[in-house]
Amino acid sequence: MRVIAHPILGNINQDNEVTVYVDGKEMRGIEGEPIAAMLAANKIYTHRLTKKRHEPRGIFCAIGRCTDCVMIVDGIPNVRTCVTPLKEGMVIETQHGVGHWGGEKSV
Amino acid sequence: MFEVDLLIVGAGPAGLCAALEAGQEGLSVLLVDENAKPGGQLFKQIHKFFGSEMHKAGTRGFRIGENLVREIAECPNITLWLNSVVFSAIDQNHFEVVHNCSVQVINTKKVIVATGAIEKGLVFPGWTLPGVMGAGALQTMININRVRPGNKLLMVGSGNVGLIVSYQFLQAGGESVILVEAANRIGGYGVHASKIRRYGTNIITGCSVESVSGNGKVESAILAKVDDKFQTIKGTQWEEKVDIVAIAAGLYPLMELLRQLGCEFTMCPPLGGWVPVHDERMETSLNGIFIAGDVSGAEEASTAMEEGRLAAWSVTYDLAKCTKNKYESVRIDITKRLEALRSGPYGIARKNAKDSIYAIAKNFSKLR
Repeated sequence: MRVIAHPILGNINQDNEVTVYVDGKEMRGIEGEPIAAMLAANKIYTHRLTKKRHEPRGIFCAIGRCTDCVMIVDGIPNVRTCVTPLKEGMVIETQHGVGHWGGEKSV
Repeated sequence: MFEVDLLIVGAGPAGLCAALEAGQEGLSVLLVDENAKPGGQLFKQIHKFFGSEMHKAGTRGFRIGENLVREIAECPNITLWLNSVVFSAIDQNHFEVVHNCSVQVINTKKVIVATGAIEKGLVFPGWTLPGVMGAGALQTMININRVRPGNKLLMVGSGNVGLIVSYQFLQAGGESVILVEAANRIGGYGVHASKIRRYGTNIITGCSVESVSGNGKVESAILAKVDDKFQTIKGTQWEEKVDIVAIAAGLYPLMELLRQLGCEFTMCPPLGGWVPVHDERMETSLNGIFIAGDVSGAEEASTAMEEGRLAAWSVTYDLAKCTKNKYESVRIDITKRLEALRSGPYGIARKNAKDSIYAIAKNFSKLR
């Protein structure tokens, strides 16, 4: 859930709302925030499933180092959602295994 | 080919301070960072810094960051490249950078590597489950991204990061915090521990997390008392309903670039594990390759800033852009401030560790 008011940091600016699509579902987020922030605000915590055991993975380092949070974004696999800014109309998909390029099948 | 006096890799507290000192002394500086914004991890530090006036004590981390970024923008000798990755060291003077979707070759006289550190994980059944994350990651989510990924936090580790992030989780509207520490005493400052206790946080020492479970996200954790060898004491396990687990188990230096260059390393647990060997001037085993901040051993933002300044002055002197007298007086001042930051019961282990690294470096200095 969003931290709208904060005793030190003040209120957040939610003016620039955008609409994006997560596994085909329409969702709202704030333009420029990391994709991972929009997902957490919408209570989505599984970003991908591992290749062999199909275990869920989500945010771990949140600064673009660990690659646990990668997803398929606008047809590009292995996009680090914790450091990639959200844009209007983005198509975001849960990644299975090592992912696939737009239109191909997951491996 | 882009030619500069000094290439600085990483625009966190160490890199920003290094750039400012060197830029103000007339060196041409290229400051490169892979992130979209400069400041490294300063902007998620919303607490007031510790230490004395000269260490900006009483100022919140993000304010220090804002001031540094403004000063950098005002210095004409500093070029700042964001969204740019230094991915290859051709030799000690030539580096390749991905910048604006193309590869640029940098020809530089000296280098300061200030790439920082990354959080250590802690392995237990369920540690990969969504909702288990680094304490710094949680701090980024609540303070930078302004999203709280849960309500009931289990914090593992009572160093300053564990204590401060627990407090900030509550500031960000979190419902409750349970904090466990495997050792039999709290690792961080008493003042931070008192703050979260006043909020009703249960700090349990001699206790660790045994496993975490949940359906697609953390739902509960099994905790247990541990002995002085950190082994579970049988029969002491109990369950707590939590929806987020943050691991504050320390950090280790991020030194891919230094490995590429072929720097010498030494194992130093008090500073995070493998650390690059460096001397009191912040020069590594390689001539002209300097380091500053957490990459030289994980400490804190205050020491990182001082080390950045020190490395910059060493470079300035080596490039004959200041007199020996000036350099010596600045170096002594900064060293004194660093020693103040590494004093007291919490700092002395880091000071001793640093001294042992400087001692190893003495041998390299002879070879260089």
